[in-house]
Amino acid sequence: MTLLLEARHVTKYFGGGLLDRDSTVALEDFSFAIDSARPSITAIVGESGSGKTTLARVLLGLVAPTSGTVLYQGRDLHALSGAERRNFRRDIQAIFQDPYGVYNPFYRVDHVLTTPVARFRLARSRTEARGLIEDALRAVGLRPEEILGRFPHQLSGGQRQRVMVARALLLRPHVIVADEPVSMVDASLRATILGSLRQLNQERGISIIYITHDLATAYQVADNIIVLYRANVAEAGDVERVVKAPQHPYTQLLITSIPQVSTERTWLNEQPVAQRIAPGQTGCRFVERCPVAMPVCQTMPPPLSRTEPRRVVACHHHPDPAGAQQNVLADMFVES
Amino acid sequence: MFSYLRRNKSLAVGVVLLSLLALFIIVGNLTVDTELARPLSVRALQPPSWEHPFGTDRQGRDLLAAMVAGTPLTLKIGFIAGFLGVGIGTVLAFIAGYYRGITDTLIRGIADIGLTVPGLLVLIVIAVSVRGGLTVNQMAIVVASLAWLNPTRTIRSQVLTLRERGYVEVARLNGMSGPEIILREMMPNLLPYLAATLVNAVSAAILASIGLEVLGLGPLESPTLGMTLYWINFNAAILNGWWWWWTAPIVIILMVFLGLFFLTVGLDEIANPRLRQSA
Amino acid sequence: MNAPGMNAPGMNASVLRVEHLRVSYDHPLGSVRAVDDVSFSLRAHERFGLAGESGSGKSTMALAILRLLRPPGRIDGGEVWLDNIALSSLSDDAMRRLRLAGIALVPQGSMNALNPVLRIRAQIADALGDHDMALSRSDLAARVRDLLGQVGLPPEVAEMYPHELSGGMKQRACIAIAICLRPKVIIADEPTSALDVVVQRQVMATLARVQQDLGAAVVLVGHDMGLMAQFVDRLGVMYAGRLVEIAPIAEIIAAPRHPYTQMLIASLPSLERKGMMQGIPGLAPLLRDLPPGCAFHPRCPQAVARCRTERPVLREVAGGIEAACHLA
Repeated sequence: MTLLLEARHVTKYFGGGLLDRDSTVALEDFSFAIDSARPSITAIVGESGSGKTTLARVLLGLVAPTSGTVLYQGRDLHALSGAERRNFRRDIQAIFQDPYGVYNPFYRVDHVLTTPVARFRLARSRTEARGLIEDALRAVGLRPEEILGRFPHQLSGGQRQRVMVARALLLRPHVIVADEPVSMVDASLRATILGSLRQLNQERGISIIYITHDLATAYQVADNIIVLYRANVAEAGDVERVVKAPQHPYTQLLITSIPQVSTERTWLNEQPVAQRIAPGQTGCRFVERCPVAMPVCQTMPPPLSRTEPRRVVACHHHPDPAGAQQNVLADMFVES
Repeated sequence: MFSYLRRNKSLAVGVVLLSLLALFIIVGNLTVDTELARPLSVRALQPPSWEHPFGTDRQGRDLLAAMVAGTPLTLKIGFIAGFLGVGIGTVLAFIAGYYRGITDTLIRGIADIGLTVPGLLVLIVIAVSVRGGLTVNQMAIVVASLAWLNPTRTIRSQVLTLRERGYVEVARLNGMSGPEIILREMMPNLLPYLAATLVNAVSAAILASIGLEVLGLGPLESPTLGMTLYWINFNAAILNGWWWWWTAPIVIILMVFLGLFFLTVGLDEIANPRLRQSA
Repeated sequence: MNAPGMNAPGMNASVLRVEHLRVSYDHPLGSVRAVDDVSFSLRAHERFGLAGESGSGKSTMALAILRLLRPPGRIDGGEVWLDNIALSSLSDDAMRRLRLAGIALVPQGSMNALNPVLRIRAQIADALGDHDMALSRSDLAARVRDLLGQVGLPPEVAEMYPHELSGGMKQRACIAIAICLRPKVIIADEPTSALDVVVQRQVMATLARVQQDLGAAVVLVGHDMGLMAQFVDRLGVMYAGRLVEIAPIAEIIAAPRHPYTQMLIASLPSLERKGMMQGIPGLAPLLRDLPPGCAFHPRCPQAVARCRTERPVLREVAGGIEAACHLA
């Protein structure tokens, strides 16, 4: 079994080397795998500074990890030949957050659709290309006559984002990395766009990596979830389990911080006070905000433990019953 | 087009001034005998009359002919130097701004050092070292040698901004190479800015060339605007009361610079909202 | 602030009253109505929400209330009353003095609008100084410390620059500036949209506490229905520049009357059950090209013939609940 896309112990520091005290760690020891035989939707949830954007860029090969490797079909991303690289670019597509910045204002929106068709030689003639493009637009619920020929500023944010999904579709990828695809889109349109992504997964077997800060949409859309806190994985696993019965104190905090539409108005109430244990050089990064922190949390980083068949947690309150295991995170996603 | 000119007054003024100049040059070259711009062609020091509408100078040049022949020469120097300067500057700016790294540090370093050295001084030194004086074309090259410094810096900053745009990232994900991205994605968005920079560079080049000529370092036989000013100085025309001699070139120089200035302002107005749109 | 002879009884008096407000933007292609005949009132201590998506006119309304609209925007009609003073009757100077002292605005993205070269202390002092509050140095320092404490920021923040603060802290500093003159009304336009969910809660809790301490009224402008549900007492929903529903929040959650409100609430992803998230099909209408009749009818699943021709009027459909729908 060759894994399609794999991250092995990826760590990324910015500014200075591994030992430089002035450097910031954006991502630490992250492992992950996608098996093309089992397409799924994985949500990566975190706040700003959690490392989720860095993760997206590392997986897309836009940024090289400081240590660790990213493998595409078993080969290191940064050691691919020209042809292999072209395959990679076609196979792993991206949708970005800003539905305006991704369009070159000089060209009509057709440009974002015709360019990949031309570059990856998806069609043999202009008519064939046009057909492919119109099909892709219809697949995301847009009418080609309303979209083609227009300039980006003439379309709404939701339309622009859907065109980006259509673009990703054109290339028939196996994986789509969607980095906050709906956070700049109106609430009423989010469902449609996320629905398209779900449809792509179910009907075309495309794996989706959905990166967001919005736990609620992550719950609705994804099968698996990875919760990041300041460059580390706090908790990961089956989305129903993680959201309904969160084990990591940070996940619990995230869930209770979401304001719900309900007549129960507890959201503004006093929150449990953090223990305020000072963070150490090593140790759990959540220690200063954690309401249940223990002295060991200050000194020893919590290992990722498999607490259920489909869940891992990095917290000293949930030690691994079977002892420390390597690569639990990646393993969990590819095992049945 | 015309409705836009009505809204962008600076552009309109610039276009009008430069069109008048162009008209003057074109019609002038068709009607006036430019041979009369040579010295000893006509009676010297005649005030304006029907025969010599701009009068004549001390060396026997018909001043109308001199203006008609000389203005395009001055402009030519400006255009050649300006285009060369911005052309080189653009290439260097894109290489430095897009690829960053050591090439960027080098290019930026040279440009920065160059910018601190007083330009006119360098030009004087170069001009003086050339044996036998400069021709018009050589003037253009001399001025161009320094004209690329400022454009490199300013265009580089624009490239740095554009580089971070989402669509550039998407282009990289499409597997486009650096030069492709520069030409197809970035350059079109910079065109208004480049146009404004070009007009600016032309203006600066003309100023530099006039500066050199006034000092007597220009092509002595040509009736360029700067050389005319040199002869005016040399012959103390102002003190001697030969007002017609210095009125014409000054008016024309004013029109050139004001025209180019308003054109720059007008183009800036086009450039900025465009850049904001892509921001 | 009190006009002579105007003594309103405390309980039911409205501290802010917007009546038939109309705002237009002049455009070469024609004038566009961004806010169309909107009326609502705000009692002291009340938290009122103004919900709507992009293009609904809610931010324009916030600016219009404070007379901060710039050409090509202008107030086309209607009136805003602050405590029985008609704001349109005030001179520019009087209005300027009223801003921050009577009504304060925490604008959208204000945390990014803090002056990057001034310390927080100086920015608060600026606000105080603009309103002729000549304080001695020690008084000023004490006032700043006091204000920072009210928003839950440690006194050291006074000496810091904006870039040294996190997003949540910057936003709380903006709230401190907004309350420094103890206004009666605070309008907060999407105060937490750029903040993470955990920080959002802290900032909103701060706003609630500050509001209670001051006895002020708050208008929260935004699009997050969950946030509205947890924070406001009454909610007004805007669509295409018009108010389509206005009611106590509990009523809106229990039984929204207008189809747009219903669909807006339904489009919120729940954490209870996985299912298809629902959106609202179609696109928000272009303000210069509004459909005839009800502006929402092209997207409304319950639209009938009458909706296509007759524009519904905002009217009371039950006690304290108003809706602009023929079917409510």
